[in-house]
Amino acid sequence: MISLEHVTKSYTVGVPAVKDLNLQIEKGEFVFVVGNSGSGKSTLLKLLIKELEPTEGRIVVNGQELNTMKRKQIPKFRRGIGFVYQDFRLLKDRNVYENIAFAQRVIQTPGKQIKRRVPAMLSMIGLAEKYRSFPKELSGGEQQRVALARALVNDPNILLADEPTGNLDPKNSWDIMKLLEEVNETGTTVVVVTHNREIVNAMKKRVVALDDGAIISDEKKGVYENEN
Amino acid sequence: MKISTIGYSVKQGIKNIFRNKMFSLASVATMGACIFLLGIFFCIVVNFQNMVKQAETGVSVSVYFVKGINQERISEIGDLIRKRVEVSECRFVSAEEAWSDFQKDYFKGNEDLAAGLEDDNPLADSEHYEIFLSDVSMQNSLVIYLQSLEGVRQVNKSEMVADTLSNFNVLIGYVSIGIIGILLAVSVFLISNTVIVGIAVRKEEIAIMKLIGATDVFIRAPFVVEGILIGLVGSGIPLILLHILYNEVVEFIEGRFSTLTIQFLTFLPSSYVFSKLIPMSLAIGLGIGFLGSFFTLRKHLKV
Repeated sequence: MISLEHVTKSYTVGVPAVKDLNLQIEKGEFVFVVGNSGSGKSTLLKLLIKELEPTEGRIVVNGQELNTMKRKQIPKFRRGIGFVYQDFRLLKDRNVYENIAFAQRVIQTPGKQIKRRVPAMLSMIGLAEKYRSFPKELSGGEQQRVALARALVNDPNILLADEPTGNLDPKNSWDIMKLLEEVNETGTTVVVVTHNREIVNAMKKRVVALDDGAIISDEKKGVYENEN
Repeated sequence: MKISTIGYSVKQGIKNIFRNKMFSLASVATMGACIFLLGIFFCIVVNFQNMVKQAETGVSVSVYFVKGINQERISEIGDLIRKRVEVSECRFVSAEEAWSDFQKDYFKGNEDLAAGLEDDNPLADSEHYEIFLSDVSMQNSLVIYLQSLEGVRQVNKSEMVADTLSNFNVLIGYVSIGIIGILLAVSVFLISNTVIVGIAVRKEEIAIMKLIGATDVFIRAPFVVEGILIGLVGSGIPLILLHILYNEVVEFIEGRFSTLTIQFLTFLPSSYVFSKLIPMSLAIGLGIGFLGSFFTLRKHLKV
């Protein structure tokens, strides 16, 4: 599903953000990527959605080789991936329904299908009642749930989450993690970048730890140990 | 692109205009100011050209014949002249008419002085064709042609007037192209700047669209719709103002300077001026709105 072979990314000459990464993630896996700030976690996610080009190495996502992918092919490729940000990135001038529907409109889904799919997503995240609310009227947890619904509404094979609980209190953090686990149980590959030691240790999933741009550990049912 | 997507793009384009009221207003004002200036300039130029054209119609060439020429040859020469494209009118003036016109011009108020010459026309050999041109710049080529015709004795032309009017017309043409070019360049620059600001405001929205998997066409479409609408509104408003202004100014000048308006200042009717200005301005507004947004977006959409 996701394959990185000897991937290096340097923003400036001689200073790699990630170096010589080798990583295989299978279909349906749930993987935590942990590490200190500046360890290369976010760079890794950006490489996976082709927001960044690797300086060296080969990346294959969803069966598609990103190194040789043409600019024209990027939109279609990204439709197979859902993305959740720490700061939610909802459109402030659109309500909950419109924010979720937006993701479907962008890929030109027929209107009838949008009208069926969006309410289903709203029920899944437990915000059916608040479909007319604007982001500023929602709590952080609710906003992240909307962002999650937006990422999932197009049925992606892979869900990438960059610090999804970074701005949330423990209760909301757990709610989001439970949702991500439910999503994973339906067969979606989930990759979560996080700092949340408690959640990582409690969920007993695969943990890939990065330090200074390199993988320092990769364990199935691992724990988040290295924090300094 | 699907029809529903086109509908969505149009809807979003309209929504964007209202979401960013200040930017939209700035763009409309910019476009409006440029089209307004362009319109004023256009009105002045077309009227000026019309006045020069009117003056040109007074420029004539006279063709005199050799002694003893028969009437049949005179008619043939007349037919040949009328076939020329640069000739707008060709009138035969007999010796009697020439003498009568001369008397009117030179013995005005002293008609008795000409009475002694009543039976002896001093302009007996002055029958000629008086030719008016549709384009005075072609006077020289016509004169060369006329001089080559058999039976033609002399060709009189008003070289200085023709040259002056012709040069003046060329000058107006160059000045028009220059000023219109500058105004268009300013419009494109300003519209492009407002689109850049609009993109900066919606940079996050564009980034989200790109990451969700929107194509460039899909992202661009609402901006282009917005640009086109701003262009059309920005050119429509000054057209209304210009129409009102044009009629008022023409009415004022015709009332205030009535003597001049009979002789020199003949204004074109607003229906004629605006039949040219409306499609031109709307096309410019639409074109600048489209090109300004399209190319600016292409440059700034590499997310």
